[in-house]
Amino acid sequence: MSTVATDIKLDAKIPEGPLAEKWEKHKFNIKLVNPANKRKYDIIVVGTGLAGASAAATLAELGYNVKAFCFQDSPRRAHSIAAQGGINAAKNYQGDGDSIFRLFYDTIKGGDYRSREANVYRLAQVSVNIIDQAVAQGVPFAREYGGLLANRSFGGAQVSRTFYAKGQTGQQLLLGAYSALMRQVAAGKVQLFPRTELLDVVLVDGKARGIVARNLITGKIESHSAHAVVLATGGYGNVFYLSTNAMGSNGSAAWRAYKKGALFANPCFTQIHPTCIPVSGHYQSKLTLMSESLRNDGRVWVPKTVEDAEKIRRGELNPNDLPEDRRDYYLERKYPSFGNLVPRDVASRNAKYVCDEGRGVGPTGLAVFLDFRDAIKRDGRAVIEAKYGNLFDMYMRITGENPYEVPMKIYPAVHYTMGGLWVDYNLMTTIPGLYAIGECNFSDHGANRLGASALMQGLADGYFILPYTIGDYLARMPYDKVPTTHPAFKDAEREVENRIKKLLSINGKRTVDEFHRELGKIMWDYCGMSRNAEGLTKAREMVVKLREEFWSDLKMVGVNEEFNQTLEKALRVADFFELAELMIIDALHRNESCGGHFREEYQTPDGEALRNDEEYAYVAAWQYTGDGNEPVLHKEPLVFENVKLTQRSYK
Amino acid sequence: MKLTLKIWRQKDANDKGRFVTYQVDDVSPDMSFLEMLDVLNESLIHKGEDPVAFDHDCREGICGMCSLFINGKPHGPEQTTTCQLHMRSFKDGDTIVIEPWRAKPFPVVKDLVVDRSAFDRIIQAGGYISVNTGSAQDANNIPIPKDKASEAFDAATCIGCGACVAACKNASAMLFVAAKVSHLALLPQGDPERAIRVSKMVAQMDAEGFGACTNTGACEAECPKGISVKNIARLNREFLRAKFIEEVDKPLEELAEGK
Repeated sequence: MSTVATDIKLDAKIPEGPLAEKWEKHKFNIKLVNPANKRKYDIIVVGTGLAGASAAATLAELGYNVKAFCFQDSPRRAHSIAAQGGINAAKNYQGDGDSIFRLFYDTIKGGDYRSREANVYRLAQVSVNIIDQAVAQGVPFAREYGGLLANRSFGGAQVSRTFYAKGQTGQQLLLGAYSALMRQVAAGKVQLFPRTELLDVVLVDGKARGIVARNLITGKIESHSAHAVVLATGGYGNVFYLSTNAMGSNGSAAWRAYKKGALFANPCFTQIHPTCIPVSGHYQSKLTLMSESLRNDGRVWVPKTVEDAEKIRRGELNPNDLPEDRRDYYLERKYPSFGNLVPRDVASRNAKYVCDEGRGVGPTGLAVFLDFRDAIKRDGRAVIEAKYGNLFDMYMRITGENPYEVPMKIYPAVHYTMGGLWVDYNLMTTIPGLYAIGECNFSDHGANRLGASALMQGLADGYFILPYTIGDYLARMPYDKVPTTHPAFKDAEREVENRIKKLLSINGKRTVDEFHRELGKIMWDYCGMSRNAEGLTKAREMVVKLREEFWSDLKMVGVNEEFNQTLEKALRVADFFELAELMIIDALHRNESCGGHFREEYQTPDGEALRNDEEYAYVAAWQYTGDGNEPVLHKEPLVFENVKLTQRSYK
Repeated sequence: MKLTLKIWRQKDANDKGRFVTYQVDDVSPDMSFLEMLDVLNESLIHKGEDPVAFDHDCREGICGMCSLFINGKPHGPEQTTTCQLHMRSFKDGDTIVIEPWRAKPFPVVKDLVVDRSAFDRIIQAGGYISVNTGSAQDANNIPIPKDKASEAFDAATCIGCGACVAACKNASAMLFVAAKVSHLALLPQGDPERAIRVSKMVAQMDAEGFGACTNTGACEAECPKGISVKNIARLNREFLRAKFIEEVDKPLEELAEGK
């Protein structure tokens, strides 16, 4: 029997009043810490991506003492840097009818009605401030000849509200936040801990009061005390082994928080991006995204028959020689009105279906063609080169194939996790004093995130929301510091040391990567683009069995007291094994299809996602009740007062 | 493909270090260079040996974490990051020499991993615009000519990998510093701190022990993002400009004392 109290009342603390006034009113009502007292408070920020760097810099500017942690060698490396497309903001600079309400509406609808109205509205409100802030920092956004900012349109929206810096928007925004952070390091308000990884969250009297971290160079286990802890540690897409995430991206901070009592919300909501460069062999370590704008001119197809597909796979048949009547342009066939431009989840799912039928191409059979032949014939090579030249070059560099001459091969890949730590309107988890921001929390994207909204949310949380809401909590806290000699820290350190010792003492035969690859395959096959109860049930058994093997047959090298990348990986993968099971449990419990969560049993007669708003219009927040015990489900009902729930159709 | 790798192994910062030779078979031309090293490391772990430590993260050419001096060139034979270098750039039977960045301000942490925190400290010295969150005016109040914005962007695409330092016979960090100074000096927002920024960043660059620039252009040739040496010319101009301003603005007492 579990000894954990499970009678939690989830309170999202959504302010009263009309939607458009909630945030203003809330800012007025929350308590403030006076400027002279801010220096008496210490705040730990873990992760230095868009959310973490912007939060750490802003908190320091306000006068708090900040300790910022990242596992990379510099805060500038955080994976926000890889975001390509852009950042949404309801500036309406194009005068094309955009507004805060429209951005709010598009985001709620894009998320398939599984996010909180009040949070999303606030996100749309502060979106405009983000652009102002970034420009003031010197972020070189694209501009028109008149010198004003340029915009482009993106999926899921009918207005041009996306600000961009070529295909490197994430890099430029992160370097902006990083420079603000560096300024505060120079001012002595932020202490930086690069190459340091969180291994546990420390609670004193039920409140988050610090962390235990490992110095990745020396292996030293160190405790850090503070008045509040902010997790900005990103998503857990790497549970699938192959994803567009960076190699080091991991779910351990969120998972450790979960095991200390923070609720984990909607873990099964993952976004699979349809246009990535396919896996080329078993040694593949990560997947690279190709901008989905390519679908504007490329036609997606596979051979009609398995025989033709096999010939192409073996290199006996050049795809260019396959006659038109033996090709299946399956998106155009199934979705005549949207064709190749169906949303991400629909495009991804259909690619999987045709490959499952054995009609996939490429050496592994897990790819579909994205063919520019007709576009080049129609517009000429020069036009296509002007539009997509840099993407074609990148594709050529990675694959060694020339997409002007042979069709490009693409396949979906895990890209983003909408699920994450449950937070209230103040971005606080169910552990007092523990906050989660950016991709690490669950709050704004529902069951599917729109393009160019991840950068917006990370910076909204870090620059404009958390720095206010954390004051409300700290204003009620005494100034006294908890020394790291406190038993709570010592217990956490011991627990971490034991975990490391246990890992290092397994004298098995299989490497961390071998286990991770196998775990990823189970998750991809059964808890990926499309899921069903039978497969999920089987997957859970497989994950549990593989996890047992991991803890008995892992091959480790080296010791803790050194720079040990194998140990770093093992600690992360150990947590992925547990998180994977929760994802499966969540996917199994949600008997509906919505956004990125497609349960095959719940589809319309035309094979589209079928929501069940009667029974599942809630946030599923899971509570840890001890290893080997079933997690307990808590429901936060989603109330829609400002939008009408509708069924998406792209036929 | 079968390859012979001569890899620099160094246990920690205090170890003397040495080259160790490894054979790798079954290398696919479609592998990235780092995936080839992954395969080597998997085999080393199976043998109970210490895998080769190397820095890497995004593996899509943008985070700047990967490094490696490959056959005498930073990031290897192509002008890209090591993570975007593929084995089809090599031939069956090749011998590949792999070293860490060699520069005094980048001490070796282990094997091929170096400490590049000197770059962070240079940015801390002034690589920013001093604007607190929430104090910004509307973004479109400052029109910036498209060509200026593009030039600033090109300089701002530096990924901070350190290839410029590794390529330079003087281990100069001029291209890295120039990229940031240019990015901010080209924009009206960066103007108020233009002089103080360049002075402080150059002073920090010197304090870290990076060498001087002798205009060989090796940095631009090896920069995976193609940052132009024109930025170094701009850095020199900005530096000189700042010196004149300093002379004029220096308090008289200090001038009298010959400071």
